[in-house]
Amino acid sequence: MKQGNSLTLKFMSGAGFVFLYAPIIAMIVYSFNDSKLVTVWGGWSLKWYAELFRNEQIMSAAWVSLKIAFISATLASVLGTVAGFVLSRMRKFVGKAMLTGWVTAPLVMPEVITGLSLLLLFVSLENMFGWPAGRGVMTIVIAHTTFCLAYVAVVVQSRLASLDETLEEAAMDLGAKPASLFFLITLPLIAPAIISGWLLSFTLSLDDLVIASFVSGPGNSTLPMVIFSKVRLGVTPEVNALATLMIVAVSIAVIAAIVILHRQSRYNDVNK
Amino acid sequence: MMSETTIDKKTRRFAWRLSELRLGRAAVILVPMLWLAAFFFIPFLVVFKISLAEAVIAIPPYSPLLQWDSSSAYLTFKINFGNYLYLFESRFYLDAYLSSLKIAAISTFFALLIGFPIAYLIARSGPTKRIILLALVILPFWTSFLLRVYAWMVLLRKDGLVNDVLMAIGIIDQPLQILQTEFAVYLGIVYTYLPFMILPLYTSLEKMDLNLIDAAQDLGAKPYQSFFLITLPLAKTGIIAGCLLVFIPAVGEYVIPALLGGSDTLMIGRVLWDEFFQNRDWPMASAVAVMMLIVLVGPIMYVRNSNKEVE
Repeated sequence: MKQGNSLTLKFMSGAGFVFLYAPIIAMIVYSFNDSKLVTVWGGWSLKWYAELFRNEQIMSAAWVSLKIAFISATLASVLGTVAGFVLSRMRKFVGKAMLTGWVTAPLVMPEVITGLSLLLLFVSLENMFGWPAGRGVMTIVIAHTTFCLAYVAVVVQSRLASLDETLEEAAMDLGAKPASLFFLITLPLIAPAIISGWLLSFTLSLDDLVIASFVSGPGNSTLPMVIFSKVRLGVTPEVNALATLMIVAVSIAVIAAIVILHRQSRYNDVNK
Repeated sequence: MMSETTIDKKTRRFAWRLSELRLGRAAVILVPMLWLAAFFFIPFLVVFKISLAEAVIAIPPYSPLLQWDSSSAYLTFKINFGNYLYLFESRFYLDAYLSSLKIAAISTFFALLIGFPIAYLIARSGPTKRIILLALVILPFWTSFLLRVYAWMVLLRKDGLVNDVLMAIGIIDQPLQILQTEFAVYLGIVYTYLPFMILPLYTSLEKMDLNLIDAAQDLGAKPYQSFFLITLPLAKTGIIAGCLLVFIPAVGEYVIPALLGGSDTLMIGRVLWDEFFQNRDWPMASAVAVMMLIVLVGPIMYVRNSNKEVE
């Protein structure tokens, strides 16, 4: 039992956490660096943040990315919830094994394959049916929805699996129709899973470089595409500032979510 | 099991009562099914088809497999195995596949080595500490992948923090070339995929019955014996899941070798990208993708099956 508290273990996992956080902290510190030479310290300054907001290329790409992330996350949440529900609550149906495979495979599929295959699909469709005419925001949304759907489905599925089914059964015994059963009982119960699935999809879409590079059209660069083309040429101080802002935003969201969930679980414990 | 059969019975009862409900059920199943068929499954068939085409200078830049010539009334069906032959003949592609597998395997091993103690510590912590530590693991996973790779570019430069620190403590007296080496690629993969390793490990370690270790120690087992004979075997599912979640995407990784690796760091994801974006050889890029899928289909199926077990 005391095995868990040994000094070696603490040291090893401590080193692991340092490894996880050192680069992020270094980047945050450098974002306040006055010097243009990213790695030479020239005193504290906010000038790269000012530069960042003046950079129209980054700002417009950020806007495109936020739009795409919002639409994709919403679509993926709807489709992913349905997929997760079907997989965990529907009895055997033709193609269930296939659907299970299609839902889990995008989670591990190398992005270059997903990106290439979707692009070739869009090009072939355009050749045959004239749709989609050209590539841009819509094709990126379709691509992002497809891989985010898988994440939402898995989160919803595991929530449904851990859910007590007595409430649903009681509602059915009282004569609730499947539709009202789903919207009045099941949906509120899995809402936390759907919300976290939405948030996860939003950040995944916002972050995707490879798939978007394949399926985007000219003039529709997303934020990661602009960042990538900048950092490929070397280190850019504005990107440090952008990274810091994104990390701060995400940290606040994650900490808030954890505090809320923790309070809720403590509340539940007290009421048991 | 028990509850599933009750649900089954009830679903059946509803279906029997109102046949339109059966239609509704089919519609609910069909929505995600059709979406995934159209945008996940069929695209692979298209990739396979185009891998059998020939690269031509046209829009789109590949030859059609079926062609109808109305003047001579010839229907030609042309399949080109040249791309696949070339994949096997040229050392370049074979080396790229082998080197990707090697880099992914070594990185996975180190991710396991670093991730295991962390997962173990979290699983054995009290409830509040556990939530804080889990949050610390999940947080980097939610922050941008691209920016986390970029963070290492800043650190590993010749005038970067890592070289500065190594020189200050006197381990080296010349800055090392770390960026644009294979080592930097290992570092990048281990770093960015670590949360994928830790979370499944944590899940399986958390379920473990600690009485087993107590019992083993009461019977005189040394800590390392109970670790290798009890903890490790019980964590097996978590270890396999974590390793696959790191290994499979790492094989096809593009961003990390492109930003941290040198021009000689050969990885298949990068080869595919260059075939497509630089050479504009879409059929060759497709053949590379098909081969990559064939290599990875075993591990991917394994992940799928383990997911089914959880269900």
